[in-house]
Amino acid sequence: MNNTEKKKSRDMASFREIGLLLFIVLISIIIEVRNPSYLTVENFMDLLTNTSILGILAVGMMMILLTGGIDLSIGAVVALSGMTASIAVSKVPSLNPIICILIGCGVGLAAGVINGFFVAKCKILPIIATLGMMNVFRGLTYIVSGGKWVSAYQMSDNFKAIGTTKVLGINILIIMAIVIFVIFYYFINFTRTGRYIYAVGSNPVSAEITGINKTKVLWLTYSLMGIISGFAGVLWVSKFASAQGDTASGYEMNVIAACVLGGVSVSGGNGKVSGLLLGTLLLGILNNALPLINVSTFWQNFIQGAVILFAIIMNAMVKRRADQANLRRRKI
Amino acid sequence: MSEYILELKGISKYFPGVKALDNVHFQLKPGEIHALMGENGAGKSTFIKVITGVHKPEEGEIYFEGQKVEFKNTNDAQALGIAAIYQHTTGYPDLSVTENMFLGHEKIDPKTKRLLWKQMNEEAQKLLDELGASFNAKMRMDALSVAQQQMVEIAKALSTNARVLIMDEPTAALSNRECEELYKIALKLRDDGVAIIFISHRMEDMYRLASTVTVFRDSKYIGTWDVDKISNEDLIVAMVGREINQLFPKKEIKIGEEVLRLEKLSQTGHFADISFSVHKGEIVALTGLVGAGRTEVCEAIFGIAPIDSGKVFLNGQEMHIKHPSEAIAAGIGLLPEDRQAQGLVLNWEISKNITLLNLNKYTKNGFYNVKKENEESKILSEKLDIKTPSIFTSADSLSGGNQQKIVVAKMLTADMKVIILDEPTKGVDVGAKAAIYEIIGALAESGYGIIMISSEMPEVLGMSDTIVVMKDGRITATMATPTVTQEDILHASMLVDTNQN
Amino acid sequence: METRKIEGTKTFNARSFFFQWEWLLIALFIIINIFNSGISPYYLQLDTFTDAPMSFLDKAFMVMPMAFVLLLGEIDISVGSTVALSSVLMAISYNAGLPMSLAIVLCLLVGTACGLINGLLLAKFKELPSMIVTLATMTIYRGIALIILKDQASGGFPKWFNFLGWGYVGPIPLMMIMFIIFAVAFGILLHKTSFGRQLYGMGNNLKACQYSGIKTSRNKILVYTMLGLMAGVTAVFLTSRMGSTRPNVASGYELEVIAMAVLGGFSTSGGKGNMVGAIIAAFVIGFLRYGLGLINVSSQVILIVVGLLLIGSVLAANFKPGGKKKSAQKGT
Repeated sequence: MNNTEKKKSRDMASFREIGLLLFIVLISIIIEVRNPSYLTVENFMDLLTNTSILGILAVGMMMILLTGGIDLSIGAVVALSGMTASIAVSKVPSLNPIICILIGCGVGLAAGVINGFFVAKCKILPIIATLGMMNVFRGLTYIVSGGKWVSAYQMSDNFKAIGTTKVLGINILIIMAIVIFVIFYYFINFTRTGRYIYAVGSNPVSAEITGINKTKVLWLTYSLMGIISGFAGVLWVSKFASAQGDTASGYEMNVIAACVLGGVSVSGGNGKVSGLLLGTLLLGILNNALPLINVSTFWQNFIQGAVILFAIIMNAMVKRRADQANLRRRKI
Repeated sequence: MSEYILELKGISKYFPGVKALDNVHFQLKPGEIHALMGENGAGKSTFIKVITGVHKPEEGEIYFEGQKVEFKNTNDAQALGIAAIYQHTTGYPDLSVTENMFLGHEKIDPKTKRLLWKQMNEEAQKLLDELGASFNAKMRMDALSVAQQQMVEIAKALSTNARVLIMDEPTAALSNRECEELYKIALKLRDDGVAIIFISHRMEDMYRLASTVTVFRDSKYIGTWDVDKISNEDLIVAMVGREINQLFPKKEIKIGEEVLRLEKLSQTGHFADISFSVHKGEIVALTGLVGAGRTEVCEAIFGIAPIDSGKVFLNGQEMHIKHPSEAIAAGIGLLPEDRQAQGLVLNWEISKNITLLNLNKYTKNGFYNVKKENEESKILSEKLDIKTPSIFTSADSLSGGNQQKIVVAKMLTADMKVIILDEPTKGVDVGAKAAIYEIIGALAESGYGIIMISSEMPEVLGMSDTIVVMKDGRITATMATPTVTQEDILHASMLVDTNQN
Repeated sequence: METRKIEGTKTFNARSFFFQWEWLLIALFIIINIFNSGISPYYLQLDTFTDAPMSFLDKAFMVMPMAFVLLLGEIDISVGSTVALSSVLMAISYNAGLPMSLAIVLCLLVGTACGLINGLLLAKFKELPSMIVTLATMTIYRGIALIILKDQASGGFPKWFNFLGWGYVGPIPLMMIMFIIFAVAFGILLHKTSFGRQLYGMGNNLKACQYSGIKTSRNKILVYTMLGLMAGVTAVFLTSRMGSTRPNVASGYELEVIAMAVLGGFSTSGGKGNMVGAIIAAFVIGFLRYGLGLINVSSQVILIVVGLLLIGSVLAANFKPGGKKKSAQKGT
């Protein structure tokens, strides 16, 4: 492949990232003009803190999308694990926060393993399996909570500190998100299992017959999503100092939106961490900024849906244009 | 120490309701190219899967370098140095060439288990360069052409230090020039001591490469011969079980008036300036190297893909066909290149497949008439002599040749004026080929105008009245068949454009 | 050459007739009713069999066209949102002065439009999986309903409107009669017309249908539009029964409708299924839910049960005789 062609294909990939970056800048300008309290350190820290949980969940979702699957149950798992951890701490106030986190992760892991079982072993379509389990986990959340909320006064200070402590002035959630992104980057690019996740999404048929254990990879992916959701669940209820039956209801849309905005393909095999980072940021900005310019929360669903639709259509158009350009380049 | 690097004895393999392999034998010497021939359905693919560890045989033994072995999965076979490349690439399109090559045996840092990309990229590039490849190992697989992807597969096999390399129909998707490259690589590998099992339908491949040939027929082992000690006819008899005389029907067909005319047809990136015409009773062979754009032209006529400029005339009338349903209504039919993916619904019975093209014919007042469907498909199946006990047999249990006949039968349910056949005998065994040629001849005799896309020289010369040669999306020659030789066609297929480089 | 004689008439194969999935479903239906009658001594009366269906017949209207969608190998999870949006628009337009009969027409039109949009998007962007497109429209449609009605309710319909959902014609509920009419119509459409044959073909090998001149894009759009229309029908009956509507109605409907169709034999990979099976399955799931209602199971537990039902249906369908279709030639 000669140098011009190499350059062109690299340009296509970074085209999206530059586009996202530009869009972030553009939107920020517009918002700042409408509401100057946007570009303040305080608001930005707030924005980043809120986006951290989104980012952590997006890492898990990206892995699932890479395999060509989807997980609609993460909101419910976040709720279930958060609720479980909250109830534990409300009954045993002296519970060490690390244990709380482990409880949440444990619940999440169990959920992920079950999802993985249905998708990987029973070969049920991911959308069906996770749609079904979403209801099961949500129902369990209500049952576990007895229909009651766990509120701030029932949570120990240590527990609430999980989501709110600052390290060097920066909220710990931001630091956790950064650490998780770094680990994820290494995992998905420098370990065999990470690459196999791409492979399974790229050519599931081949993965079945060659050396990759497709079942194991899929199961692992959903289990990891489970642990991540569980972890995020504890962070969530700690940060908001409240655990409810409908916590994070519908949040999976947000996460999926962040991923597709970041260029992760829904058919599997494609997606970069840099894109994911930018997509998450952009969505975080949207979520933060819209209330600032007086957009009511009742618009949230619509905006999320529109963003997802817009992003996937954009992805499709970009690819079509690239293919057309390739065709035109052929001298007949 | 055995003189054979690989030996299989008494291998039998069963699938529900079918015996895919029945007590077959095979012996492979090191540094030998051994051809495995046989009709479609003879058991060759299943046999390969047994050797590579995909299938476990119910009976029989496998010996590698004299030692009895059993493969639990493909990894076991691969560990011994058995590798296979197939006609359809099994690679991962979104991953790089390097990744595809090293998948399953990546280079990792022993302490941290980190993937060592730098080393892998360098080594991948080295292997590619040795094979004469001109592309970068960091490229994505889906950016490569079919031939280039195949080279990656070969490089991959080499990187696993393959001792036995199986090549399953590697030439089917390659142009003549790319075939030559493949021959060079195969011979070089043989000289390096690799033993090769070569499966192909093309006699030429066998004569060019192999020293020994084994024939399977109907899941059974027929025999093994030295290539230069068996005649072509005897080989065909072994493969087919009977003698084939007179492959091409004698033609005395009156050619009538023009039925289809193309004027300067173009499609961005695929073909340009295509003009030729077809007459009633005429067979026009559209030939050229793979990738010349022949299928694209025909699919555009048929309405599958859009025409960017140019005109199509049917019986003198200009047509604007935007969808296959319009083409069929106008009287243009297409027998697609890939009969399994494009021509048939394999799950379905024969009768349902036959009527799919013209459902309206069997619909009255909105209701579908299954009885009429059954009656007509029975008539058509018998007319074309499809080898099946009943029209309710599902299409996937038929051989390639018979499946092709079903697609032809489809064509006959509608009033056609022009029939386009895209590689009608590809992957069809010698026995059924003759039957199909007869059918094509009969179609021409009935007055259809026929376009036949083909890459097989004997077929092109034996069947057609006119030959249109394409190269890189353009027509390079239009010739009347009686005056033409193979060299003329090859020359036109590979004409070097003096404007390039 | 002698022409070979080929068998041209199908003989009745008793074994394959009685080994069909539908008999199993009927058996399941009987078992559930035995179970239910064990719970309540008054269960086995004719009243039950005309009353019980009222609880699920509203969503059952969507089962038939959903079966079509599954037959194609696609999915549509936006139907619940379509029901909500149609219902909301019907309510506010009536309350804004539109005559009720026209409001009903509007409801049907909105549903049809929602389905049409899904179909057009999928036909225009063939590379996008239906899972993600309908996920986006699901969020968008529900989002629009939320923007319009926020967290309010809207109702106050005329008396005769209630008759639609509650009324009887003789001993039989109006809803039941309407359902039977639609069920028979869809059944005939699927099994006795060329349209139905085309759908089966598309589900088994889309490419082969394209090369045979089948108008695949048109068919796909039609199927989704039909589903949208029936979602409008559901909205009419649902709203009639509830007397009023909110933006969050019909949530989870897609889950149940898909479960009914899948249990009925319409595999998610497409290409097979029988309308009779889908209808029996609708009754199986409907009566199961009804029975749970009799023992006062909480709505959260019902959530869990329905979720498990969906997964169970797929598992059951995978294990039925003939099993999971080995390789539907999907093509693109």
